[in-house]
Amino acid sequence: MSTAVAEVPVESRVHYLNANYGIKSWLFTTDHKRIALLYLGSITLMFFIGGAAAVMMRLHLIEPAGALVQPETYNKLFTIHGVIMVWFFLIPSIPNTLGNFLVPMMIGARDLAFPRLNLLSWYVYITGAAFTLYTLISGGVDTGWTFYTPLSSHYLNTHVMATALGVFITGFSSILTGLNFIVTIHKMRAPGMTWKRMPLFLWSTYATSIIFVLATPVLAIALFLVGLERIFHVGIFDPAIGGDPVLFQHLFWFYSHPAVYIMILPGMGVVSELVTCFSKKKPFGYVFIAYSSLAIAFFSFLVWGHHMFVSSQSVYAGFIFSALSFAVAIPSAIKVFNWTATLYKGSISYQAPMLYALGFIGLFTMGGLTGLFLASLATDVHLHDTYFVIAHFHYIMVGGAVMAYLGGIHFWWPKITGRLYHDGWARFAALVIFVGFNLTFFPQYMLGYLGMPRRYAVYPAEFQVLNVMSSAGASILGVGYLIPFVYLLWSIRYGPVAGSNPWSAKGLEWETPSPPPTGNFEATPIITGEPYGYAEPEHVHV
Amino acid sequence: MSAESPSVRTYTLVFVALLVLAALTTGIAYVDLGPLNTVLALAIAVIKMSLVGLFFMHLWYSRGLTRIVVLAGFFWLALLVSFTLADVFSRSWIKPPGP
Amino acid sequence: MSESAASNPLATPSARHLRPALHHQFEELEQQYDASSFGMWVFLATEMLFFGGLFTAYIMYRSLYYSGFAAGSHGLEGDFGAAMTFILLASSFTMAMSVHAAREGKRTMLVILLLLTILLGIAFLGIKFTEYSHKWHEQMVPGLNFHPSLEELRGAPGNAVELFLCFYFFMTGLHALHMIIGIGLLSVMAILAWRGKITRENYDRIEVSGLYWHFVDIVWIYLFPLLYLIGGRYK
Repeated sequence: MSTAVAEVPVESRVHYLNANYGIKSWLFTTDHKRIALLYLGSITLMFFIGGAAAVMMRLHLIEPAGALVQPETYNKLFTIHGVIMVWFFLIPSIPNTLGNFLVPMMIGARDLAFPRLNLLSWYVYITGAAFTLYTLISGGVDTGWTFYTPLSSHYLNTHVMATALGVFITGFSSILTGLNFIVTIHKMRAPGMTWKRMPLFLWSTYATSIIFVLATPVLAIALFLVGLERIFHVGIFDPAIGGDPVLFQHLFWFYSHPAVYIMILPGMGVVSELVTCFSKKKPFGYVFIAYSSLAIAFFSFLVWGHHMFVSSQSVYAGFIFSALSFAVAIPSAIKVFNWTATLYKGSISYQAPMLYALGFIGLFTMGGLTGLFLASLATDVHLHDTYFVIAHFHYIMVGGAVMAYLGGIHFWWPKITGRLYHDGWARFAALVIFVGFNLTFFPQYMLGYLGMPRRYAVYPAEFQVLNVMSSAGASILGVGYLIPFVYLLWSIRYGPVAGSNPWSAKGLEWETPSPPPTGNFEATPIITGEPYGYAEPEHVHV
Repeated sequence: MSAESPSVRTYTLVFVALLVLAALTTGIAYVDLGPLNTVLALAIAVIKMSLVGLFFMHLWYSRGLTRIVVLAGFFWLALLVSFTLADVFSRSWIKPPGP
Repeated sequence: MSESAASNPLATPSARHLRPALHHQFEELEQQYDASSFGMWVFLATEMLFFGGLFTAYIMYRSLYYSGFAAGSHGLEGDFGAAMTFILLASSFTMAMSVHAAREGKRTMLVILLLLTILLGIAFLGIKFTEYSHKWHEQMVPGLNFHPSLEELRGAPGNAVELFLCFYFFMTGLHALHMIIGIGLLSVMAILAWRGKITRENYDRIEVSGLYWHFVDIVWIYLFPLLYLIGGRYK
């Protein structure tokens, strides 16, 4: 399965980065690798804007009466933080950067099935982002990222339409990406690449794409209907004409719960790749990990009502959603067990990507376990809309998804740029992030349990110590996120040249030069062996 | 997928069938059949959809994978409808305690 | 009367320079055709869920407010609804025939059939907008000028009639938007066909446009009985 690659000096070899120069060659590219970098730049920008909102919120919450902004402004901050982080950072993060870059390479293809559609999806993303950023500079929106009716459809005078439109438009970017990945994985695998010979990252990308394609349209119609209600001044969520505001919540959460799995599944795929490479061991239970991705995608559609336990949703529906929510934890747990079993007796090394992967396993597990308190109908009545929920999803989204994203960026950075970064600084940053993260969000579990509500600009004085701890943690976390900027960007110019496979990993992408040529492979690879062909542990000498 | 395609004759027959069914739907509406009006109207709609899908959209000649995509669409829509209606219609069965 | 595989221009392996229609990321024309068609079907699945949200809401409210919905449905112009149904079915026929013509490489037939499909689509939209303007004059547009003058609508639970009309406008409006997009798409196809850019080897664009057009027709197949024929028209 391997092709010998001559190590030609980077400067004289033509690859996807230097094949063409000039801004038009980037803005009109159809090369999936360049599009991945276009996305990388955009989502990083959005991450820092959403992060800035979070910084302001944490500064504000240092004092019980609020230290920084007016309550109306605070409402706008948490709304824009949520909107940007969910739709403009987390959802596109791994699929549109690492996914776009790696999917064709991992299946042995020259590009995705629809390269121009891929470029279009980036432009659609940018258009949606423009609408949302317009909201930021023109006064903001304060519905919360969930746009609940009738507040959003009827009572608010802030920029609901612009934000909803921005999200609606960006949804199409998701749909096009998911569609592209599904068609590519079905129709363009290299000869000999059966489904069970695909890397696990592709399985989770495929499962994520199913969710993209089936869930996002329902969000689109929900937001479309809110928009219509604002235009017509009545609508189908309006009680004055017999409408039900809770119907909006059904349509919204039918998308938004699977959406949280969109945010975590790709990260799980990355972790599968990292854990195997840095234990030098093939994944334990490959089939279980692969199928659990599909199971997560399917089950994620059955549980949305657990966001609506106290919304006047029927108690019977609540029972069913609660039971199903317990069931959806099972495939995730299967993955955690299999990763752990992969680590066992592996030859483990602790480079930065592995630190992120290990952090993911621990923090995702904690976040997942706290989800059980929320899935349980009775305890959720107490914890709903408190900081416990916030801590729960940040453990999964930040402690899980963002760590996996950073781990993936660090792992594939040599492939993408042809350069190695300084691993010592990378490990240091990972540790700073880990410490800062826990200091920020662990106190929030306690705050929530003690009853502090979310989305409140003021709070009772007895909660101040925990809030200050959380804000202190946030400052450390912020520094931790800035450090990679420095060494990663530095490495592009001054880092040592990376060979085609600096990690000695298994996978088709590692058999191409770093950076790869525009067409990825000189000749279409033919797959004859199983994936993850690491030597058996007994043969590895310590 | 590209190997087989319906003939002109097949297309024409399907079209005529669709016209007949459309006329039937309209005609039935003028007859009082009680709840059967709705049932028949929907049944005819399903048949028309199937004719358009199988022959005009070539599903009859398609691979299994394409058919799975169509079934998946229906199935997911059924999930959305059934769980939402399950909530709406069971709200009155039990009322949470309180004033 | 289907073609055998041997005469199918897409089934034979090809040297890349002999097949200019083959895009760089694909190995074979057959793979390219397959991928295009599959991609459109995946997109149609998303459209099923998109319209599906509206259908979900419709089913819910029709169950809760049947008499109001029936009264509202009565206020719609059934003749127009039926006419639109026949027009769209005819357009689906001309669309299917145009795909057939493209597959056979018959340029003139293809252009004529595409233009016919477009004309039928425009006729549909013409009737639809006539209906909308009638509703405006009858003051039956929800929220904007809802003051029904029709006697029978004042008797029914008035609010549910306005809710029904929300569905009428939102569902047919979204459908009309898809028709407009479809007409635009077919116009581009017609221009390409006129310029001779559609051959037996790259007609997947016509096939894929056809799939979209048929889907929009199927949505109307449901909208007609669900909006225009609630409770029958025998009263």
